[in-house]
Amino acid sequence: MSVLKKLAASAAMAAAMIATPAFAQDDVRIAIVVKALGIGFFEAAAEGAEEAAEELGNVEIIYTGPTDTTAEGQIEVINALIAQQVDAIAISANDTDALVPALQRAMQRGITVISWDSGVAPEGRQLHLNPSSNPLIGNMIIKLAADHLPDGGEVALLSATTTSTNQNIWIEEMMAVMGDYPGIDVVATVYGDDLADKSYREATGLMQSYPDLDAIIAPTSVGIVAAAQAVVDADKVGQVNVTGLGLPSEMAGAIESGASQSFAIWNPIDLGYSATMLAYELSQNGAEAAPGAEIPMGRMGTLTLDENNEGAMADPFVYDASNIDDFKSIF
Amino acid sequence: MTRFIPVRETILAGAILVLLLLIASRFAGFVAPSNLANVFNDTAPLIILALGQMVVILTRCIDLSVAANLALTGMAVAMINVTMPGLPIPVIIAIAILLGAIMGAINGVLVWKLAIPPIVVTLGTMTIFRGIIFLISDGKWVNSHEMSPAFTAFPRMELLGLPVLSWTAIITIALFGIMMARTQFGRSIFAVGGNPHAAVYTGINVGKTQFWAFVVSGALAGLTGYLWVSRFAVAYVDIAGGFELEVVAACVIGGISIAGGVGSVGGAVLGAIFLGVVKNALPVVNISPFWQLAISGSAILIAVAFNARAGRTKGRIILKSAEATQ
Repeated sequence: MSVLKKLAASAAMAAAMIATPAFAQDDVRIAIVVKALGIGFFEAAAEGAEEAAEELGNVEIIYTGPTDTTAEGQIEVINALIAQQVDAIAISANDTDALVPALQRAMQRGITVISWDSGVAPEGRQLHLNPSSNPLIGNMIIKLAADHLPDGGEVALLSATTTSTNQNIWIEEMMAVMGDYPGIDVVATVYGDDLADKSYREATGLMQSYPDLDAIIAPTSVGIVAAAQAVVDADKVGQVNVTGLGLPSEMAGAIESGASQSFAIWNPIDLGYSATMLAYELSQNGAEAAPGAEIPMGRMGTLTLDENNEGAMADPFVYDASNIDDFKSIF
Repeated sequence: MTRFIPVRETILAGAILVLLLLIASRFAGFVAPSNLANVFNDTAPLIILALGQMVVILTRCIDLSVAANLALTGMAVAMINVTMPGLPIPVIIAIAILLGAIMGAINGVLVWKLAIPPIVVTLGTMTIFRGIIFLISDGKWVNSHEMSPAFTAFPRMELLGLPVLSWTAIITIALFGIMMARTQFGRSIFAVGGNPHAAVYTGINVGKTQFWAFVVSGALAGLTGYLWVSRFAVAYVDIAGGFELEVVAACVIGGISIAGGVGSVGGAVLGAIFLGVVKNALPVVNISPFWQLAISGSAILIAVAFNARAGRTKGRIILKSAEATQ
């Protein structure tokens, strides 16, 4: 490419960049930056963001992200967004720390920055939106089992490894609220090590050791799928309900076979919706992101921030036969 | 020197019986015939892989890539099934065996032609195979509802009261029994492992025999890949993670000498069944999961110690006078 052509191209590009804001001056432009384009989970989040934009009326969503899940790719995207002078950036980060300088630059230029799903270090954003919180998850997994056991019954836990931090915290939180579910007995906790074959064997063992078992709670995506298969193979569909945390794409077969009545995980649509609402509140309605603040997020209620300016959106979303088909192709 | 009742196998079979009695004292339902059939079915993949591993170990090699081979073949056939749900199961099985054999052949060529130590070759290919699964699947899972019903139903299909998965293991055992005792290939495997130099003088190509041993092991890993994925109805990068060590453990428990040349089909099968019984019993005998790893490890060590003692008296003494002078 000749120098002249290059110059002309840059000039045209610069003109375009300057011109863009003029076209959409009235709209509040909120950029939804994701880990990488083409991932079903984030496409669904973008759908939620569009829903929020429609509700708010004067919002334009810029759904963007790198083509691969790298921090460098996201930094380029952030720099481009700063150049475009967007009003807010809501990011699901590929790296907690690497994005901080770029995002600080954005904030210095008056752009609202929040992180969601996968967080950025506190100095690089105004607030972080967690999909859920440990107490909410702990309560949800036992609630999922209890909802199908109105007269009480025996449940067993099938976890990942004995040292899995997340699972152990969730189980601890679950045990803390067992008082709210009278008649439900946790008869055993076994560990499938997040291996399909070991989880399958452990689930089979549970059904043998506890013939009256009513539900297996597996707060891990490998375990819940393996347990559902074990229940089908043991001909115990209808007697033993498998529930816990899993992905709709992986659990569709278990819902179809009836081995699982319902399970839970975050809803990406709600997450994109809430992130957009929060970004709008901070950027347009003067909401202050400070510890203890309560920021409204439309139909999802309000977000209460903790000392790290983090908040939990809601209970994990429950998936069952009624909605699995809508989500199984998403994530 | 053929014994009608091999000592090693008898001891191991006795150990399995004692183990079953111990388990029955804590959970009587475990020894019900239907449950024992389930345990055998669950152990079938381990038996098949242990037989393949036995052949490799007998030739003084080791194949650490079996589990990765299994996972890659499993992912490949699962993805083939998703794109072409109409493909008949026999074709899928043929593809699985062929893919597995090709991967085994890669190991074999590297060991045979480049003379790289087998442990290094298969450590390398193990990682490569796992990496390839990541590449072809993008790290995504193939789930039960995406697989065709015929694909997942095959290993569960019952013939004469036993699922096809169990029958596959039984047929493999029978084939290996004949192959190791009655074919030239089977005998040359023992010869190569027992004394490679002598084998060369009898006209056996050591490298080529090792190559074919790897192909056999790979083909069985491929077959198991399909069976594994269809049985658990899920394929992802990490399936059968660390399973290669269980396969080697089954061989060692079964009295197959890591130094090559010594071992039997019965030993490998009993070794696998021993491990299978331990793995299936631990969840039902109500032992704290924190103890389970230690217990299954100790069971392996005890079994191997027994075997080592049983093997100590054996030895090939060619010159009686030489022994006397020692």
